[in-house]
This record gives sequence, structure tokens and C-alpha cells, in this order.
Amino acid sequence: MKRKLEISELIFKIISYTLLTIFALCCLYPFVYAISAAISGRDAVEYSQVVLFPKDIQFDAFKRMFNNNMFWNAYSNTLFLTLYGTIWSLFVAILGGYALSKKRLLFRRGFNFFLVFTMWFSAGLVPQYLNYLQTKDIFNSVGITDDKWLVVIAMGMAAMNIILLRNAFEGVPSEIEEAAIVDGASEFQVLRQVYIPMSKSTIATVALFFAISRWNGYFWARQMTSNSNEHPLQVFIRLQLEQYTDPEFMAGWNEVFASDSMIYALIVCSIVPILVIYPFIQKYFAKGVNVGGVKE
Amino acid sequence: MKAKAADFLVYDEVNQIYRENPEQAVRDDVEKHYWLHVCRAVAKDWRLYLMLIPMLLVFLFWRYFPMYELLGCFKVSDEVKPVAEQLFAGFSNFKVLLVGDGSKTTEFWRALRNTFLLSFYGLCFGFPMPIILALFFNEIKSNIARSVYQVMTYLPKFMSTVVMTSLVTMLVKQGSLTSNMGIVSQLLCNLGLVSKEVAQGGLLNQPGFFRSIYQISGIWEAAGYDSIVFFAAIIAISPTSYEAAQIDGAGKMAQMKYVVLPSILSTIVIMLITRIGSLLNIGYEKVLLLYNTNTYVTADVVSTFAQRYGMAGAAKGIASAAEMMNNVIGMLLVIGANTIARKASDVSLY
Repeated sequence: MKRKLEISELIFKIISYTLLTIFALCCLYPFVYAISAAISGRDAVEYSQVVLFPKDIQFDAFKRMFNNNMFWNAYSNTLFLTLYGTIWSLFVAILGGYALSKKRLLFRRGFNFFLVFTMWFSAGLVPQYLNYLQTKDIFNSVGITDDKWLVVIAMGMAAMNIILLRNAFEGVPSEIEEAAIVDGASEFQVLRQVYIPMSKSTIATVALFFAISRWNGYFWARQMTSNSNEHPLQVFIRLQLEQYTDPEFMAGWNEVFASDSMIYALIVCSIVPILVIYPFIQKYFAKGVNVGGVKE
Repeated sequence: MKAKAADFLVYDEVNQIYRENPEQAVRDDVEKHYWLHVCRAVAKDWRLYLMLIPMLLVFLFWRYFPMYELLGCFKVSDEVKPVAEQLFAGFSNFKVLLVGDGSKTTEFWRALRNTFLLSFYGLCFGFPMPIILALFFNEIKSNIARSVYQVMTYLPKFMSTVVMTSLVTMLVKQGSLTSNMGIVSQLLCNLGLVSKEVAQGGLLNQPGFFRSIYQISGIWEAAGYDSIVFFAAIIAISPTSYEAAQIDGAGKMAQMKYVVLPSILSTIVIMLITRIGSLLNIGYEKVLLLYNTNTYVTADVVSTFAQRYGMAGAAKGIASAAEMMNNVIGMLLVIGANTIARKASDVSLY
């Protein structure tokens, strides 16, 4: 039965479409502008003739950036941190979450509290900084001079993600585990062949969270990687921004493109890879929010 | 548990004597050899405990050891000595921050106030936006159109903080001799919302604009993504509820009030409580990337205050004291919020 829309419903529908369209366009506009400004000519950008569409199209800003070795270096550092950081965090979180999900674990409440307390109380920036400096000394003394390993191993662990995994493992029916044990599976085999396959989607979500926090990490990466060869992309972008908005540096600028175009080009380059993989990871993203750590 | 005589002694009918209850012997044994039993259990399940070790080490080294460093807030800060060997200073660092008469005192109170205000405004403006968006999404019946809208609004969430702040910086940048001001500044200028001189000097250099920029960029970044959880609650409402309300003559507003709102209320309450709990845990990265010396008045939060004095400067004791206070209040808020959530809705966050 199709019923006629009431007048109040119609009005609400119109309002919601209008406001949504405005909001969505506002969300999108900065990206479109960034792309346009990155490929527009110098005068067009500097005298704000670019509003939506590019003008006097040039690709020199992109070319200059792609010819910059530091850019590729930063990109590879970010990939390094994301790959190894995610693997390391996931390794620690899966093992820990699995052990915590077992009812027979002694002092289970104590271990849980040990974990959850870090969500309530964090030491803060300065103590962490001192702690990382000491860790760096220790790493250096055992011969690990590449600060990227420090960032990979010491940073980016989140109690919330371990709790997500623990809850997922708790949801696996114990009969399956018992069947595996009867068949002679060891603890590690049970984890590898029962629990991990059965909570794939949560693991994917948690892996995504780890990967994103690694990809986006800025502050500690900047504090801890002393050598500019080790800077990841985010630090590189920030340093470039600081350089290109410095009036003294800008005074000697004589290129066919505006200095702003460099920044916009950099921004575009750092977003594009995420946009490319976005369709594949979207469902895990939405799932992660709904899991949200809320435990009933 | 109440101890009964029968727990300890049982009457032996055959020999007509009292004997020790064998169960009690087991209980005694368990009590006496508690740690032995623990060790046996661990030895039997050693694989499980081995799995715990990496997690425990990571959290011990990089979450709990910093808490030990935090004790520096009770010490005279010293560049060379480790915390344990520094001289004990009692509460003097706290006194400097709370009741001193130097610049640090005023700056600390300002930072505390800013921390609270930035979160509070975020709660007032940033919190309702996702709910409104979710209500709007629900109006779009076509799946494709809704996906398009959703993807558009989620998009800013995929930028890192650095990219987001860089983009904001560029969009409201100051004008100079060779180059015009940022495009958004210009738009605001043309709309008459800000004066030309102010916009020319760069909106990020104006203390009065920092909070608006912070909140608007926050909404831009997160509103779409945060609406997912509310939208999920809304689409879970059975269509029959709407039909029943319509048959009873409810208009759109009445449907909102009596059908939609009650259904998503528990989600809203939980989200609200989480937000209140993290009122003082403001993301320092975004502030650090957006503020500058001109905007300390409205932008400086406790973390950035501590960063400035403790990491860039040498006043580690004072910086630690500031963070100690901030974090202790923050922890009390989180625990309080969680307790309320548990009481109110049987849903615990941890």
C-alpha cells in the first residue's frame, strides 16, 4: 500500500536533501580545490582566479615533487612503518587477545585491568618522551641505529584494539576448539586454524586501525626520527608546509607555478593512495565503528 | 560463606569417632600450596602464558615505565640524572602551577581552561552533527544516492591530521605582497563575515578565530564518519513502527519524537557519556599543528603547554606536574562516565 506523503514529511525530505547536499559539497570542495590549485598556473593561484576548476594547466609542481628524492624516501619510510608496524602490532594484539579470551587463564582480571588502566590513565607527553629517549639509547646500544624500528616497536599499541580482538575470540564457540583439541591440535594450532579464520573480519578491522594510525602517525615520528632520511610522509609534508609558508624562503621563488601548488600537490599525493584502496576497506571501516568496543 | 562444623569434621559411623573431612584436607592443601598450583597450571598451559608475554612487555615498557617517569613531577628536574636520583621537591612544582605568581601560573590556568573549552565546544557543536546527518541519511531511500552522499561525507576522515591541518592552513592562509589570501578567507571576506584586514593577516594568527577553525574543521573531518553508528541504530528501527505512528496520525515531527528518538536514545547516551569521559583528553596533535605564538591565548592546551616547557624547554618537572593534574582529572572523568553508563544502561564501555 503506497500512501501519500504528508506535508510535514515532504518538507523534512526537502530540507534534508538540501542540507545534506550542501554539507557533502562542503566536505568535497577542499579536495577539488586542492587538485585544481595543484595543477593551475602561477598567476591563477596567486591572484585567486582558481575557484573550482583549474586554469592555465601545468604539471610542473607534480614533476618537481616526483623528481625530489626526499619525497620518495618519505613515502618508502611511511610504507615501511605501516607494513612492519601493523605486522608487529597485530602479532602482539592477536596473541594477547587470544590469551585474555581464555576463561582458564589465571589472574585474568588482573591482566585485563593492566590493559584497561592504560586507557584511563596515560603518563602524558613529557614522561613518554623521556621513556622513548631511554629506549632509543638501549636500541642504539644493541646496534639498532635505524630509528624507524624504534617507532615500529615502541609506539602505536592500543589497548582498545586488543579488547576488540579479545571480544571476538570470546565469541568463537568453545565446541570447535574442543573438537580441535580432541584431534590433537596444540594451543598454537588452535589459534592459527580455528580462532584466526573464525574472526577474520574483526582481525581485518583491527589491522586497518593499526595501519591507519601508523600511516597517519606524525608527532612521535617527528620527535624520534632524528635523521631526515628517516622521516615518514606526514613529517615530510609538515616540514614542506613550514618551508613553503616561510616568507623569507618565498621571496626568492621564481617558478612557473605558485609555491602553494607544491603543497597542494603534496596533499593530493598523500590522499590518492588511500582513495584507491578505500572501496576495498570501506566495509571494515564501517564495521569497526559499530563494534566500537561496546561490550554488553 | 559461613563455615560449618561439618566442613571440618565428619562423624565416622563405623568406628564412632570424628574424622577430618577429606574435602577440607583438599581445601587446606589448595590454600597451603597456592603458588605451587599456580605454577603447575602455568606449566601445563605454558603456551597460553607465553602468548601473553609480548603484550605484557610492550605495555610495561612503553605504557607503565612512562608512568614512573611521571614521578618527575615531585622532583627537582635535572637534565642529567634519572628520575630516581633527582632530589625530592614535594609539591613545589604543583605550587608553581596552581598558586604561583609567575607567567607559568597564568599560562597553566589558561591552558586548563582552553582544554576544557575546546572539548566542551566540541561536545556542543560536534556531537549533535552526526545525529542530524544520520537522520538526513535516513530520508534518502535510494541506496545508491545514499552511498554517494555517505562516501562524500566520510572522505575527510581519511586524511591524516597533518594533511587536514595543512589543507586548513592553506585555505585560510594570510595574504602577502605576491599572493592573495586563502580561498576560504576570501569567501568569508566577500560574505562580510570577517573584515579584510583580519583575513589578510591570516585567520590562524587571530586568537579569536582559533576555536571556530578548530571546531569547524573537526566537524568537517569527523561528522560524516561518526554518523555511521547513529545511522546503524536508525535503520535498525522496524518499518512497522513508522507505519503504526502514521496510522495514528503522527506527522514527521511526531514520528521523530516518538519513534526515532526513543530508539536511538541508548546509542546517543553511550556516545555522550564517552565524550564527557574524554573531555580532557584532547588530541594534542591537531592543536600543535594549528596553533602559533599569536594564538596561545585561545589555543594553548595542557598537552601543548607541557610539550613547550618539557620537551622543547627544560622545565620537565613543571610540565610533568601539569600533565599529572590533567590526566588524573581525565581519569576520574572516564571512570565516572563509565560507572554512570553501566548504571544507566547495563552497557559498560570497558
